[in-house]
Amino acid sequence: MPLKIRQDHNRFREIVRGRIKDNLKKYIQKGEMIGKRGKDTISIPLPTIDIPHFSFGHQEQGGVGQGEGEPGTVLGPGQVEPGQGQAGEGEGEHQLEVDLSLDELAAILGEELSLPHIEPKGQKQIENYKVRYTGINTTGPESLRHFKRTYKQALRRQISSGTYDPSNPVIIPTKADRRYRTWKLTPQPESAAVIVYMMDVSGSMGDEQKEIVRVESFWIDTWLRSQYKGLESRYIIHDAVAREVDRETFFHTRESGGTMISSAYRLCHEIMDADYDHSNWNIYPFHFSDGDNWSADDTRTCVEILKNDLLPRVNQFAYGQVESPYGSGQFIKDLREAFDGSERVALSEIADKDAIYGSIKDFLGKGK
Amino acid sequence: MTLPARLHDIKREIEGYARTFGLDFYDVIFEVITYDEMNMVAAYGGFPNRYPHWRWGMEYDQLSKGYEYGLSKIYELVINNDPCYAYLMESNMDVDQKIVMAHVYGHCDFFKNNFAFQATNRKMMDEMANHATRVRRIIDKLGVEKVEDFIDRCLSLENLIDQHAPYIKRTATPTPDNEVPQEAHGFKNDREYMQQFINPQAFLDQQRRKLETERTRAKKFPEHPERDVLHFILKHAPLERWEFDIVSMLREEAYYFAPQGQTKIMNEGWASFWHSTIMTTRALRDDEIIDYADHHAGTMGSRPGALNPYKLGIELYRDIEDRWNKGRFGKEYDECDDLRARRNWDQKLGLGRQKIFEVRKHYNDVTFIDEFLTIDFAMEQKLFVYEFNEKGNRWEIATREFAKVKQKLLQQLTNFGQPIIEVVDGNFENRGEMLIGHKHDGVDLRPDYAKDTLKNLTSLWRRPVNLVTHRDGKGIMLRFDGKEHSEKKVDL
Repeated sequence: MPLKIRQDHNRFREIVRGRIKDNLKKYIQKGEMIGKRGKDTISIPLPTIDIPHFSFGHQEQGGVGQGEGEPGTVLGPGQVEPGQGQAGEGEGEHQLEVDLSLDELAAILGEELSLPHIEPKGQKQIENYKVRYTGINTTGPESLRHFKRTYKQALRRQISSGTYDPSNPVIIPTKADRRYRTWKLTPQPESAAVIVYMMDVSGSMGDEQKEIVRVESFWIDTWLRSQYKGLESRYIIHDAVAREVDRETFFHTRESGGTMISSAYRLCHEIMDADYDHSNWNIYPFHFSDGDNWSADDTRTCVEILKNDLLPRVNQFAYGQVESPYGSGQFIKDLREAFDGSERVALSEIADKDAIYGSIKDFLGKGK
Repeated sequence: MTLPARLHDIKREIEGYARTFGLDFYDVIFEVITYDEMNMVAAYGGFPNRYPHWRWGMEYDQLSKGYEYGLSKIYELVINNDPCYAYLMESNMDVDQKIVMAHVYGHCDFFKNNFAFQATNRKMMDEMANHATRVRRIIDKLGVEKVEDFIDRCLSLENLIDQHAPYIKRTATPTPDNEVPQEAHGFKNDREYMQQFINPQAFLDQQRRKLETERTRAKKFPEHPERDVLHFILKHAPLERWEFDIVSMLREEAYYFAPQGQTKIMNEGWASFWHSTIMTTRALRDDEIIDYADHHAGTMGSRPGALNPYKLGIELYRDIEDRWNKGRFGKEYDECDDLRARRNWDQKLGLGRQKIFEVRKHYNDVTFIDEFLTIDFAMEQKLFVYEFNEKGNRWEIATREFAKVKQKLLQQLTNFGQPIIEVVDGNFENRGEMLIGHKHDGVDLRPDYAKDTLKNLTSLWRRPVNLVTHRDGKGIMLRFDGKEHSEKKVDL
């Protein structure tokens, strides 16, 4: 039996995820619980919502504690809990965040994201059937026997034939009384889609920028894989030249050099030409960079390639630009100028790690 | 789930010990539940039936995460009700169940006898279920969002009750007798020649002035500052029927839980004292000793920055028992400054048990600490005050000085660690606005929360609300008029 509290629990989680009750958003606090997994201490995220009261600021308040130490002794993290507290344990060593389980994350994202403009394409179109039990039949396997309906049928027969005795209400179903559940197959259309990830690994991209790009493309990739069956991914990294790499390399490589964005777009075009006919595939290129291209000429070439070769074939072209202290950030402005208002081009600026989620929403948010 | 035979036997055994020690309690009904149910019931504040609200879900989230990662575990949960309800976790060892039962009988004795609980509703189990039904009915009619938002706002005001209201009658019912007389007559005098001696002019003038102030006060509304802000709202705010219903339910629940907040140290200390006494002198079998010690140590464990009420409470009761057994109290002992004599002081009075039973009846945390926390005790328990070091951005031990330790502790406990807020004027500036005052005792209010709470209060009062408080040593009046916040300096 599901617990009654599930309802309240779900409601709480929806508030924390920001889906309902925006007015409480500012009271959400990112708490954590410190636990142990093997030798490591781990931090378990523990969001809470603090309803405002007339109350004292804890920082000013201090409190009374118990234990060894001279005045001036520092109390370690996790040890201070102003006000009264329960006994607990926890030492401040190196900590690891507990990842949300992928299922949980996909569920969170799934409520808000989808591949935009996706269309049924390709021969793989109808491949999946979903079984749903909808009807009743007089024949079927015993495991699907519908007891209630069988009983009713037998009761009906006995009453109408006059063999039903209310003082001894024994019902004996015969073979003809038996009823079975039947199922229907509903076709689940499955769309063929390919995602092409392109990442700028040039020297102007600092470690932080690369990290942001990796995190973002990692989550997009992970999420899409969990949501869409039959999804293919291709990975391109580029500095002054572009090359195709496998997933592992894409997320782990460190290179540096100049920047020619057009090289990546050209390679993307080649890959599409070779393997992904746009009448059979939904195509989604994603490109991440710091927006610092080698020359205005190259930018012009990029726009040309996009306009003539890529955009007519893709469902959406997504460009994410990371803020960088070195880069001029010009590229996104050029793109905006060239493609303003085009619904097939999604542009997003990513200021820092916190902005990743918002940026993913820019690309995949529902309702576009 | 009813108690299996094995636990039933344990219950009978422990109950017997508890009674021979003189504990006095309502019947206790134990229920065995799974860890998940335990987390749920604990999240509901002990009552299996509460109105729907996300806050329970939040509590549940914390408890279940803590349990699943093996960080915390609820052993015992007991409800102040007649009969007392207590929950046992299915998966616990028998020795744990024994400890829990002994602990529970301690709590039940405390609930029944401590003065702070005398006014609580002993049929709260039913009452809470009724509240749940009433709220559900309102939700059915008006929708979740609307009702939940209102509850959120009320919860923000939940602590604005008068913690001492159940014991003190603050407003006398007006009778012709105590109505303010129109004129000053002075003392009764039937011999006219004595008039200027019994009622000299100066005295009559003084009486007249007093009457005048009385009369102007009578025009004020409320007559005296009102700490039970929720009551004031119920009485005077233009609430819809359903709103009235919800505010009154939440207020009732707040009053039900208030005594538990005021006696946390005493109550947990008392229950721990008894589980320890019953287990170590009667109930413990040889093969259970390690598990018992482990469990008990876990309950008593503390870390430097958080005082453990179980630990502080049990040690204080033990200290009191010891002192009254040996006669270490009173003038003679206090004035003795011979260290060796003090250390060996023992008048063999044997009053300890009697004394702690008395203490559990007549004290709450504040008076308990105030009266029985001695300098010797504070040193023995290594108590200290910690403060936040702004420069180092860290918490540090500030001092071990006894006076400061005690003062800090009392300050934390007074009014349940909440600021004292009262309604000063319900018709401020003759515009139907509310003026509330914060009795400042050295610590400022958290400014952003004060503003938001003010906003919530305004939404119930339907007219602007003003709050007078201090900030950085200066008087300040915060105001919310339904649209925006403003503030101005005031002289105090």
